[in-house]
Amino acid sequence: MERHDDLPCLAVSSHVTVDRLQFTLTVTFHYLFPILTMGLALMIAWLKTVSFLGREDHRFPLWRKTEAEREQYENAARFWAKIFAVNFAVGVVTGIPLEFQFGTNWAKFSNYAGGVIGQTLAMEGVFAFFAESVFLGVFLAGRGRVSPVVHWVSAIFMFVGSWLSGFFIIATNAWMQHPVAYSGVGDKVQLDSLWGLLTNPWVGWQYAHNMSGAAITGSFVLAAMGAFYLLIGRHTEFAKISIRVGVVAALIFCVLQIFPTGDRAAHNTAHLQPSKFAAMEGMFTTEKGAPLVIIGNPNTEQRTLDSTIALPHFLSLLTSRRWNERLVGLDQIPTNRWPDSVPLVYYAYHIMVGLGTILVAIAGLAVLLLWRGKLYESKAMLWALMLAFPFTYIANIAGWTTAEAGRQPWVIWGLLRTSDAASPASSVPAGTGIFTLLGFAGLYLFVGILFLMLIARIVAKGPDAEGMPTTSTAAAAAT
Amino acid sequence: MATVWFCFLALMVTMYVVLDGFDLGVGTLHLFLAKTEEERGETTAAIGPVWNGNEVWLIASGGVLFLAFPTAYAGALSGLYFGLILVLWLLVGRGLALELRHQIDNPLWRTACDAVFALSSAGLALVFGVALGNVVRGVPLGPDGYFHLPLFQILNWYALLIGVFGLTVLAGHGANFLAFRGTGALAERARKLAPRAAVMNALLFLALIGPTYAVRDEMLTNLTDHPWRLVFPALAVGSLIAMLVYQRAGEWLRAFFASGLFIIGLLATMAAGLYPNILPANDNRPFGLTVHNAASGHHALVMAAIWWPLGMVLAGVYFVFAYRMFFRTQTKPSVDAL
Repeated sequence: MERHDDLPCLAVSSHVTVDRLQFTLTVTFHYLFPILTMGLALMIAWLKTVSFLGREDHRFPLWRKTEAEREQYENAARFWAKIFAVNFAVGVVTGIPLEFQFGTNWAKFSNYAGGVIGQTLAMEGVFAFFAESVFLGVFLAGRGRVSPVVHWVSAIFMFVGSWLSGFFIIATNAWMQHPVAYSGVGDKVQLDSLWGLLTNPWVGWQYAHNMSGAAITGSFVLAAMGAFYLLIGRHTEFAKISIRVGVVAALIFCVLQIFPTGDRAAHNTAHLQPSKFAAMEGMFTTEKGAPLVIIGNPNTEQRTLDSTIALPHFLSLLTSRRWNERLVGLDQIPTNRWPDSVPLVYYAYHIMVGLGTILVAIAGLAVLLLWRGKLYESKAMLWALMLAFPFTYIANIAGWTTAEAGRQPWVIWGLLRTSDAASPASSVPAGTGIFTLLGFAGLYLFVGILFLMLIARIVAKGPDAEGMPTTSTAAAAAT
Repeated sequence: MATVWFCFLALMVTMYVVLDGFDLGVGTLHLFLAKTEEERGETTAAIGPVWNGNEVWLIASGGVLFLAFPTAYAGALSGLYFGLILVLWLLVGRGLALELRHQIDNPLWRTACDAVFALSSAGLALVFGVALGNVVRGVPLGPDGYFHLPLFQILNWYALLIGVFGLTVLAGHGANFLAFRGTGALAERARKLAPRAAVMNALLFLALIGPTYAVRDEMLTNLTDHPWRLVFPALAVGSLIAMLVYQRAGEWLRAFFASGLFIIGLLATMAAGLYPNILPANDNRPFGLTVHNAASGHHALVMAAIWWPLGMVLAGVYFVFAYRMFFRTQTKPSVDAL
């Protein structure tokens, strides 16, 4: 494939490649934790709300709970908060490097766009992080020390804080995907309208799609834990609440993930980023009535898709609601505007969609069994639920890979190329970057193993463990 | 407008150093002052519920620098690359050691966590000082607004001196904190150490005047040319004296507040000496970054000047609420907090 001359991105001796690898590593590893933080924050807020508002004479049937049931919801919220605390701690410590890496590794990008995206990144710190960190402390250490109302409100604020944090990050990313509300001043861009930045037409569906993805992980993790305890026959009361709340939420968010959020996000991409869309779908040629490829192997040398199974006309139909709509293929786009790895974008997208389809089927079947009253006894379904949750992480990461690798060769769509965005090689040479890349890889490998070990301990002790020591945020309780 | 944002930035950084400063100081002294497992549990529990919130001020300071002065953010962070990445690694290690220490009840695990917590806290205090030292000294900025400092030039003699000063100031701050928060033998040791650290800081403060004048005379002439700016060094000296007086009187809470004021005085002196520079160039290079040539556009600064104070008021309310809740009574580590 012919390559643009100022894209020396492939050699590992290039500082741009090293900077890209380091950011890919740090952001991907970090994001594994916020997925669960945001998903679980919603689930904990729900459990807390049921336990707090539930009354036997409540008019709303979901909140009509006996004292004993409310106690169980409270216990479930308490157990999930332990997992949440460890997950949150790792998310925080791996998140801090990201904010500073904009400056260390992407100095030219920061210099160019800081006048615009500095707003949303600073807003995240000021509006989301303060609330999140303080209310997490209150929630974890405040049980029995603050009134039940304050404790419930702190769970809600934790949820709001983490989802607000997600919003500001998505608003930043949306501007990089679809820059609006700016004007070029000299060799930089400056903000014209803060309101325009926050109401970027790209933000809404991307945010909804992303948060629904996080909620899917949260709900599948709940269901998996429930399935695990039911299969080994321990903590069955706790397990039933977790699996019940988990599968119902999983079905709701899996459906929302496909329609309307996924459909609308793809629609935006098709219209505003045709090169990304063509790469996602493996469309090397422009076609009327383009087929929807289910399976296929992109061959960038021959510019064809090999071994395809496809539904004719379906892509045109899904994208435009018209059977014979003409869709732009990669042949209409100069190669220097192609994503630098078409197969990566193609596979990431197809992995996300494929897993999403499987997950919606699992969730649908589980809810059906729950409704028929057979879920807790169905061994096969419990096994499927227990093993399904890692695939939600893969689907989330694959979705982001599609969005970000598909945005190449731009760091800001149409404005700034990735190769022009890294710190100058004179300040941060490739060798320096390789050293810190290796350092991050080693550190994060260790952190990942530690995290799994700690979660395994919490799971082994189970929800009934009294006086389980937890993070020091929580361990500090005055007498 | 850019000047207003310079003040906001100085305020954020100062808040960060005062708040996270005491828990970094506690960490620095962790192995020296807290000898037994019970005492080590006590020190970590004393800062447990607040350290994460305190650290958010660092993230928010980074956000404000990015928002208001992107050119300085880009130049400083890429130029001081190794220093910054070291800070990030230390923050990862420190956060994990502190949060996960209580997870496993095993003496080896806790010793390992204590060591990581103490070394990373001391390392951070030192590296932050080194970074500020380099800003004061000036960096070899080129016409494009970037520079390159190899690791051993980041660690130049002046920056290391400021680093050591940063370490002793924060250690003193942490000692003052433990002197009023701690109990028993732990508090006794902290109360013995705090006045010594204060004397040490007074000596270093005086000793640094000469070298600072030598590396950048503007730091001092900027103050003497605008005599009102001398209130900041006066605040530092005054609160240092007040700290010594309160320590002698055994009023540890007041000594801790005086220690906070001392830090505010120091950083405000630095900001006043720098202004209007934000990242000066050394060796008389003409490419220094000032609040004017490094600032964001007008709309960005004006809009942020509307939402930022609102966010700060909210953050202030959360902090007062959380500190009142946690610091109402003496801290004892408790295992059944959840």
